[in-house]
Amino acid sequence: MHEMSLAESVLQIIEESARVQNFKHVRLVVLEIGKLAAIEPDAMRFCFDAVSRGTLAEDAQLQIIETPGAGICLACSAEFEMQEQYGLCAVCGSPRLKITAGNHMRVKDLAVE
Amino acid sequence: MCGTCGCGSLEVLIGGKRPPRLQSRGPVSFRTPKPHSHADDVEHHHAQSFEQSTDNASQLSALQALDSVQSRVIRVERDLFAKNDAIAANNRGFFAAHNMLVLNLVSSPGSGKTTLLVRTLNALKAKQGMAVIEGDQQTDNDAERIRTTGVPAIQINTGKGCHLDASMVGYAVEQLALIEGTLLFIENVGNLVCPAAFDLGEAAKVVILSVTEGEDKPLKYPDMFRAARLMLLNKCDLLPYLNFNVAEAIANAQRVNPEIEIIQLSAQSGDGMDAWLAWIENAQRTSVLA
Repeated sequence: MHEMSLAESVLQIIEESARVQNFKHVRLVVLEIGKLAAIEPDAMRFCFDAVSRGTLAEDAQLQIIETPGAGICLACSAEFEMQEQYGLCAVCGSPRLKITAGNHMRVKDLAVE
Repeated sequence: MCGTCGCGSLEVLIGGKRPPRLQSRGPVSFRTPKPHSHADDVEHHHAQSFEQSTDNASQLSALQALDSVQSRVIRVERDLFAKNDAIAANNRGFFAAHNMLVLNLVSSPGSGKTTLLVRTLNALKAKQGMAVIEGDQQTDNDAERIRTTGVPAIQINTGKGCHLDASMVGYAVEQLALIEGTLLFIENVGNLVCPAAFDLGEAAKVVILSVTEGEDKPLKYPDMFRAARLMLLNKCDLLPYLNFNVAEAIANAQRVNPEIEIIQLSAQSGDGMDAWLAWIENAQRTSVLA
C-alpha cells in the first residue's frame, strides 16, 4: 500500500538528517514497520531501491524490523496482541477493539559515513 | 513504481497547474513539520526481522559489522506519517476556525461517488455554501461535472499517485475562495487501499460501497472501512436485479468497524438521500459544537 510515497518519505527523512548531521553516504537504513500498518516489506524494498538510485542512499542496505500489533478492548479493557486490524476480544468477545501498537512505520537508525 | 498498487507521485496538477510546494521530490511537501513523539511503550519482539537477528545488541553489531572504520550510527526515530499528519492537523485547524465541515469521500472506482455528489450539491445548494476538491489520476472530467451544478470545484490530478495527501488538499483549499461555513467535499482517488492511511484534515471519511460490488469488500479492504465513520450503500435501486446480500454486507462492515454508521441509498433514483442529507446536517451541527 502506497509504498512508493512512503519510500520517498524515507528518502526525505534521510536527506534532512544528512543536512543536520552532515553525512554524505548512507550504508544501512533500519526501518520499523508495524504488523498492522498495511505496508508490504517487499514492496517497500522494491520502491526504496527505485527512489534511492542516484541519491546519497544508493545501494544502502535496508533492514526491516516488523513490530507486533497490539490492541485494547473498549468493552472490558483487556489488552492483547493483534494479528489483524479487526477481530474479537479474547476475553469478552466484543468486536470493539482499539489498536494501540503496530500501525506505524518509522525510520529508526541510519549507518552513515 | 509501487509494487502493490502502481502508485507513484510525479506530476501532481491542481487546477491544471503544478503547485510550487509539491515540486520537490515526493508527493508531500511540508509546510510545518512538527516534532513528533512516539509512545514507544511496547516491547518489540524482533524475531520476524527479514535479514539479521535484531534485538538491540545484535542490531548494533549488525551495524558495526558493516564497517568499523568510518560508519557511524544515527538514531532517527521518525514516523513516516508524522509529516502528513502535521499538515492534516493544520488543515483541520483551518477548517474549524472557519466553521467548515469537511467530508472525505472514498470508494472503489465506479461506485457512484460523483453522481452522489452532484445529487447532494443540487439538493443543498439553495441553502448552503459548498465547494468540492476532486482527486483523480488524470482528467478534469469530474470537476467539470461538479461545476455544472454551479458549485466551485478544483481538480487535483495526482499523476501516477494513488491517493490525495494533506499537502495537496492544503494547497487546493488556498485556490478555492472559501467563505465561512462552507461545506467542503473531497472526492478522493477511486481506491479502497491507499487513501485510508492519509489524513487530509477532514471531519470524517465517508466510504461508498455500491451493490454491484461484492458483500465482502469490507473484509478485503478493512483499512478503509475501519477509517470511515459512515458507509453509504449505493445503487440500491439495482437490488432487484442483483444477487447482493445487504445484511451480509452490513455485517461485514460492522465486523471490521463496530462503530460504523450505514445508510442505504440510490444516488440515481434519490431513494435514501434524505437520510444522507440529514446525516450531513447533524455532522455540521456536532462539528461546529465540537
